[in-house]
Order: sequence, then structure tokens, then C-alpha cells
Amino acid sequence: MSLDTVAAAQSSPDTKQPFAELGLKPDEYARIKEILGRRPTSSELAMYSVMWSEHCSYKSSKVHLKQFSEKAPKSAALLVGIGENAGVVDVGQGYAVTFKIESHNHPSFIEPYQGAATGIGGIVRDILTMGARPIAVMDPLRFGPADAPDTRRVLPGIVAGIGGYGNCLGLPNIGGEVVFDQTYAGNPLVNALCVGVMKHSDIKLAKAAGAGNLVVLFGAKTGGDGIGGVSVLASETFDSSRSTKRPSVQVGDPFVEKLLIECSLEIFAEDLVVGIQDLGGAGLSCATSELASGGSGGMKVALDKVPLRDPSLSPEEILMSESQERMCAIVEPHKLPRFLEICKKWDVTVTAIGEVTDGNRLEITWNGELIVNVPPRTVAHEGPVYNRPMAQPAYIDKVNSQKVKLSIPHTATEIKEAVLKLAAAPNLADKSWVTSQYDRYVQGNTIQSHPEDSGMVRIDETTHLGVAISTDANANWSYLNPYQGAKLALAEAARNIATAGARPLAVTNCLNFGSPEDPGVMWQFAETVRGLADGCLAMGLPVTGGNVSFYNQTGTVAILPTPVIGVLGVIQDVRTRTPMSFDTAGLDLFLLGQTYEDLSGSEWAFLHGERTGQAPTADLAREMRLIELLLAGHAAKIFHAAHDLSQGGLSAGLTEMVLRYSVGAIIALENVGVALLSESPGRVVVAIDPKKVSDLRELATTHSIKVEKIGTTGGDSLTINDCVIDLDELRHAHTSTFPRLFG
Amino acid sequence: MRVGVITFPGTLDDRDAARAVNRSGAQAVLLWHGDTDLKKVDAVILPGGFSYGDYLRAGAISRFSPVMNSVIEAAGEGMPVLGICNGFQVLCESHLLPGALTRNSDLHFLCRDQEIEITNNMTPWTTTFSLKERIVIPLKNGEGSFQCDDKTLAQLEDEGRVVARYVGENPNGSRNLIAGISNERGNVVGLMPHPEHAIDPLTGPTAQGLGFFTSILNSMVK
Repeated sequence: MSLDTVAAAQSSPDTKQPFAELGLKPDEYARIKEILGRRPTSSELAMYSVMWSEHCSYKSSKVHLKQFSEKAPKSAALLVGIGENAGVVDVGQGYAVTFKIESHNHPSFIEPYQGAATGIGGIVRDILTMGARPIAVMDPLRFGPADAPDTRRVLPGIVAGIGGYGNCLGLPNIGGEVVFDQTYAGNPLVNALCVGVMKHSDIKLAKAAGAGNLVVLFGAKTGGDGIGGVSVLASETFDSSRSTKRPSVQVGDPFVEKLLIECSLEIFAEDLVVGIQDLGGAGLSCATSELASGGSGGMKVALDKVPLRDPSLSPEEILMSESQERMCAIVEPHKLPRFLEICKKWDVTVTAIGEVTDGNRLEITWNGELIVNVPPRTVAHEGPVYNRPMAQPAYIDKVNSQKVKLSIPHTATEIKEAVLKLAAAPNLADKSWVTSQYDRYVQGNTIQSHPEDSGMVRIDETTHLGVAISTDANANWSYLNPYQGAKLALAEAARNIATAGARPLAVTNCLNFGSPEDPGVMWQFAETVRGLADGCLAMGLPVTGGNVSFYNQTGTVAILPTPVIGVLGVIQDVRTRTPMSFDTAGLDLFLLGQTYEDLSGSEWAFLHGERTGQAPTADLAREMRLIELLLAGHAAKIFHAAHDLSQGGLSAGLTEMVLRYSVGAIIALENVGVALLSESPGRVVVAIDPKKVSDLRELATTHSIKVEKIGTTGGDSLTINDCVIDLDELRHAHTSTFPRLFG
Repeated sequence: MRVGVITFPGTLDDRDAARAVNRSGAQAVLLWHGDTDLKKVDAVILPGGFSYGDYLRAGAISRFSPVMNSVIEAAGEGMPVLGICNGFQVLCESHLLPGALTRNSDLHFLCRDQEIEITNNMTPWTTTFSLKERIVIPLKNGEGSFQCDDKTLAQLEDEGRVVARYVGENPNGSRNLIAGISNERGNVVGLMPHPEHAIDPLTGPTAQGLGFFTSILNSMVK
């Protein structure tokens, strides 16, 4: 194939171009021609197609996502907001923390190991790009039914990929979720969160400023992997032809990424870059157009200088390649020698491929011939925006009007059966089979990880300052009511931070949905965004960034609306954190918060195949009072333990608490069935010294939170009224599910 | 008292090992794989990680790095050397220790709190432990199954060179539950679990790993 240059494009306006195969709609192609005043070259077409894909351009979600900015609460903590590679928040003592969550759903279904591995790699580079040292990762995962044959293929591969990549990078994995539902069969959700820390002065942005500055590509060489991965994989629903897409999944090398991290941090420490961008989805197309847009707009790149793993790659393929472990920096010429020296120390390949210019065009040449000449903003930021039709799906009224019908346990035998059933349910069972494949100790700063309510890492060894993070979603509630579901997930994540004694500070999110071309799905998405934006405003927590993953559906069946909400909090002294359970007998157990008959969307309902009724209504004012109570109690050192109640209600919460340190509990409950199974939001179980009861009651009164004593700690069993469950039996139920399912 | 901590490309636990050394009262000295200079250290630690990405075999490439020539020479002269996890693998590849570490028997990476028993408290790295003392420190690796031929195993056992053994169920298929061994002279020790991650109950399961680092300090001061 001959080179399609700008000159050729001008002289052959009628050449047929495969825009449809590249995922562009006819009107989008027409718009590109209008922008350029001619047909695009094949390289330009490649760039526009990947950058205007749903995954990169957020074309279906943009009109909704702007609520996160419009409704943003005033927050002094926010240093860098939405739009950069990741948001940055001030956590005090001169430290800034950056965190973000992203999806790598589609690649992980096709190639579980590499898909999940490169998901970690991508989010870690996003954090690194901000100038931060990555300090921890978390992985919320969702799969088809636990006993489905394909889950046995997908789950072990994804877990091994996350471990294989994250462990090799030296990043502790401090938490996440593992949830099963039929709708995720064929559409597993692999979300990856990374958090990094830096000093305020070290924040880096993606901008190419200063004419004459050099565009420097460093890291792995560019190969043929992941070509078109973004547009072909993430923007198209799976159909029967999926096996042919295997080559679109990127292949990762964590060793190269580890060197890239250390090399980059050394480069940052010596202040050698003006701007920086990682190469993720859409590879060089994205990095060059975004860097140029972030500056004055002018950039010249000699594409033939890009070091290649496969010398036969065409310029279009080089622009689209999603080869992993690459970064692009803007470097002042006089700093280049030192930049090269550091790369050499870490054996990192580095090449200056271009320079920033005075103009406002991104010009890319191939052996001296001009093959791209575009206004970079039109590629990076001015893609199509769709206000897609949306309509409340018919199922909503139907399921909301049905009352959930469930058998509620009453007798001791029934209670025991229910508690054991929940303890062993795949969604609630012990996840050690997964988490033991992740390194949680590396870096020596992990304070909390699985199975605690939140992950917590120390960021300063001298002052003991730390951050806590939790990710949560309740797709059952989001299915019944996406607006409330989003608020409830936000509240739960914030509560999971506060139980440890950390103050919630900022929010990230990964919004996993079906096809935006389905008006019902679009409505779920819009309601979710509205709920999350309203919730963040009510709770005073800014959204710092996030990710949207559409097209998670097989045929006409979409996944449950799954907004995964990550909340980051700060704790002044990690040594004082409140653990999720007690290791001594003789403590009083109190339930904070009100229990209603909230069985719709509960795990108990799920186990009975019921997904009907109405989701609880989020009371965020009360949630905030509860958080303040938890923080005040933590400050007053009242709590021995505090554990959030969510999926599986009090039954699951007590199971997790008694098994944590093998100290039992004696519990007395009225209306025992509902008390154990209800998933009313805004509830926490705390363990306190009996001498502190009056302190707790006083706090509860001050914050208007209901508090009731439910039992005491001690013994070798979980005793609920007249039902006695031996801890060994409970442990067996809780811990044998995953080994039985996955070997 | 200066204890060197080597960083290979892909080493991960170097900061943790240095922290443990400093916590024990000795001074950690960072050593770079490309240098032959051991900077006048009194002992050397090869920390965990994935040096050279475990390309070829874990530890197979690191053994050829310039710093290892110096380590091998110093070990021959009696300098105490401790290889943890990937460091253990490097020591085996360097033939400073016999045997090899192969993939865990269940083929999964395994990270857990592991009870081990100290079975030799005469090495410079284990003097502060009592014989048969049981401690809990993290175990985290994908290739931690210690293997060697029958003759070597008999030799290790007969000469008391098994430094630590796993307690309870075999976590990875290691022969004779071996968690750590020493060379004939006793100055070179390889250990699969990670004492550097157990120096403070705040960040590890216990502080019982600190014993390895206070041992070396005591050995040198004596």
C-alpha cells in the first residue's frame, strides 16, 4: 500500500475510505472532512476513529458527566479536577494524593490474563503520569454465575493477571470486590483502581508547552498489539464473531513497567519534564493530540523515529498501537541529556520523536512526508457529542410494584440455615482464594487490606499520616432504582472509610453499563450520574475523575447498571485506626442505625432468585451524621471495632466479625429474621468496652443516630437468640466456597 | 555496622529490607546491581521482587550482574549474605546455595501469613532466635517450592543446614517443608518467607521478622 499523504488526500478527494469498519458513523466521517477541508489521510482517519470512539471520547456520556462539575461541592482539598489523567486531592502535610478507577472489561473477557494485567498497567501509568509514586491498587471484579463453566475460565485468569502484573510492579493490592450475577456472564467487569502520592509541588500535567521543546517517547518499543483495541473492542457489543478479535488485546510486561515507574520518578524528581502523558487507549494518537491540546496546539512528530518491535508496522498502525508500558514527555532541549542518562540507567528505550511548535496544528511526518495535519483539539476534545435518546425501561414500574416475597427464618434451625447459607454464598463467602494471589505487604505501608472495610496505606512513616479507600457498588439496588443505587453506593463507600476512622475526602467512579444505543440503558446511566452528582453535592465530596464503560452486554441483555464508586479518605494517625473486628471477649456490641424491612435487592432475595420491589431511599444527611459519629467515636477512642453492614446485612456482618479473630459473640435480636437479613443502609456494628456505653449513647444522641445493644463478644460460637453456630462450622461454610468452585 | 541491600532491575522489597535493617539498629546501604563496589558493607541482603522480570528463570539473569561477582567473592570470604524470596532464587542460581525454587505446587502465587520454625539458630542471621522457635511472617511468591536431589537433601538435613521450616500444611510443595537453608559455612542464608515485612504489627502480621536483622547486628558486634 502506498503512503497516504496529506498531498495525496488533497489530490484524491474521492478515494473510498473504510470509516465504517473503523467504527465511525457516516456523519462523523463527514464532520472530519469538514474540519480538515478535505478527506482525511488514512493516518488521520485512524487517529480520529480511535479518539472519537466511545471509550476515548465519552461521546454518549459527556452531556451527563458535566453534572459532576456543575454540581461539584466546594472543596478546598481538590488540587486537580476532572479532565486530567487523574484527579489530585490535598491530604495535608504537603502531600497530595491522586487516585482513579478504570475499566478493562472487554479485553478481560477475551483474554482474561492479559486483559486484567494491562488494566492494572494502564491505571498505574495514569497515576504515575500525574507525578505520583503509585502506592496501592484495588480491584472490583464482577463475573457470571460462580458455578458457570465460563466463570471458571475467566475468573482464575483475571485474578492471575491482576496478581501477575500488580505483584511484579511492587504494588500492594489492598481491596476490591468479587460479585457474581448472570448478567455478567460474557461481560465480566474488571475495574482497577490505583492510588499514588506526591508532594504538592510535584504535580505534573499533560501539556505540551514551549515552542522548541522536545517530544520524547520512552518505555517499551511499539508493536502490533492492541491495534484498534479501543475502538474495536470497547465500543462494540460482542457478537458471534468475537474469537477473531483476539489480536486486539494488548500484551503487558510488568517488568518494563516497573522500570518505567522508577525511571519516571527519578526524572520527575529532577524536574526534567514540562508535561507528560502515558500511552494507553489509542496510543500515540491520544498522547500526541492530548499533549498538543494541553499546550498551544502546535506539535511536529516524525513518526518514523518511533522505535518498533515489529518493523513492518504501517504509520496508521503505529498511531493506533496500544503497546503497553510507554510514556510521552515534553522536555526542554537542555534537559534532554540528563533525561537520556536516567533512561539509560534503567535500561529504558528513549527517543525524541518531535517538537512543540508555535502553530496550532499537529503535524506528523513519515520519512519526511506529511501524513497528518490536524487541529489537535478536534481529535482529542472536540469529538462528537451525543444526546442519546433515553426512556425509563418498562421493567422499572413492573419490579417496583411487586413486593419481594421471601421466606423469613424464625426458628433456631431456620436461623442457622440462613446464616450458613449467606456465609457460603459466593457473593459473601471468604475471598482469600482471590486475595492470597495478590501481594498486600510490599512497600511495607499496608495498614489494612482484605477483609477490612477499606484498604489503608500509610503515606508518611514519621507523622503516620495515611489514606483509606473503599470501592462499592450495589447493582441490585441500581437495577431497581439507578438514582438511589448510585447514592447508596456512594454512602456505603464513604461509610467504609469512616468505620476505620478516616474522613472521606473525594470520589472516583467507574460506571459500567450496557449499550448507550438502548434508550433504557441510557436512562439507567443518566439516572446514575444524576444520583451520584446529587449525592456528592449532598455529602460535600468532589468527583475527581472516573471512567465510563458502555457496551457491556451480550445481544439485547445488558449487565445490571453497575456504578462502582471509590471514596478516598484521610486518617491523621494510622496507628489509631479502628479495625473491622474484635479480638477480645467481654465487649458490648451495638448496632448504629435503623433497621427496616429492606429485603428488596438484598443478597437474601438474590439467593431466592428475586429481584423485585423498591430500593431503599438514601438518607444522605443521616449518613453524614453517622460518619461524624464514627469519626468522633474514633477520636475519643471508644471503638474496639467498627464494621459496616451492607450486602448480607447483619448476618454477613456478624459472620465476618466473629471469624476475623475467632472470637465469638452472643446476640439477642427481636424480629430476628428481618434483623439478620435486612440490608437497610446506614448501619454499622461497633464493639466497645462496657465502660464506654454512656459515651456512645451520648454521641448517638448528639448525632441523632439510633443505637441499640445487640450483644456481647466472646465464646467459640456465634449465638443468635437460641441459635448456636459453632465458629468452626461457620468458618467451614464461609471459606470452602471459593476453593470448591475454583480449585 | 553496615548492611548492603541490593537493587536489581525489578527488585521490589529493597525499601522494606532497608527499613528493617535500619529498624534493627544497623545502617542500610543501598547497592546497585551494575556496580561491583560493595561500599565496605559488613553483610549483604538480596531482597525480594522479580529481578529482570524473572525472565528465563527467577534469578537466572541477576546472577550475572556485576554486583553478584563481588557478592560471590565476599561470601567466599565469609561475609554474611541473606537472600529473601527472589534473593534466595538468585543465590541458588549463583550456586552459593544448592537446589532450586520451582513453581508452587498449586501453580498460584500465594501471599499469606506463614508460621515457620527456626531449625538452625547458629547462622549469623538467626542467632537471636531460640532453636525450634516458631514465628509468623509473610510468605509471598509464585515460585517458592524448594527442590533438590535426594543426596543434597540428606546433606542439608545431616549438616543442620535447614534454617527454617514451614509449620503445618506445606504451602508450596517444598521438600521437607524447607523455608530456608544455609551454605556449608553458614554465612549464606536463603529464605523464602519475608522477615522484612514483619517488623511492626502495624504493617505486618507480627514484629517477629525483626530477629533476622537484629541477629546480624549481634553477630557482627560480637
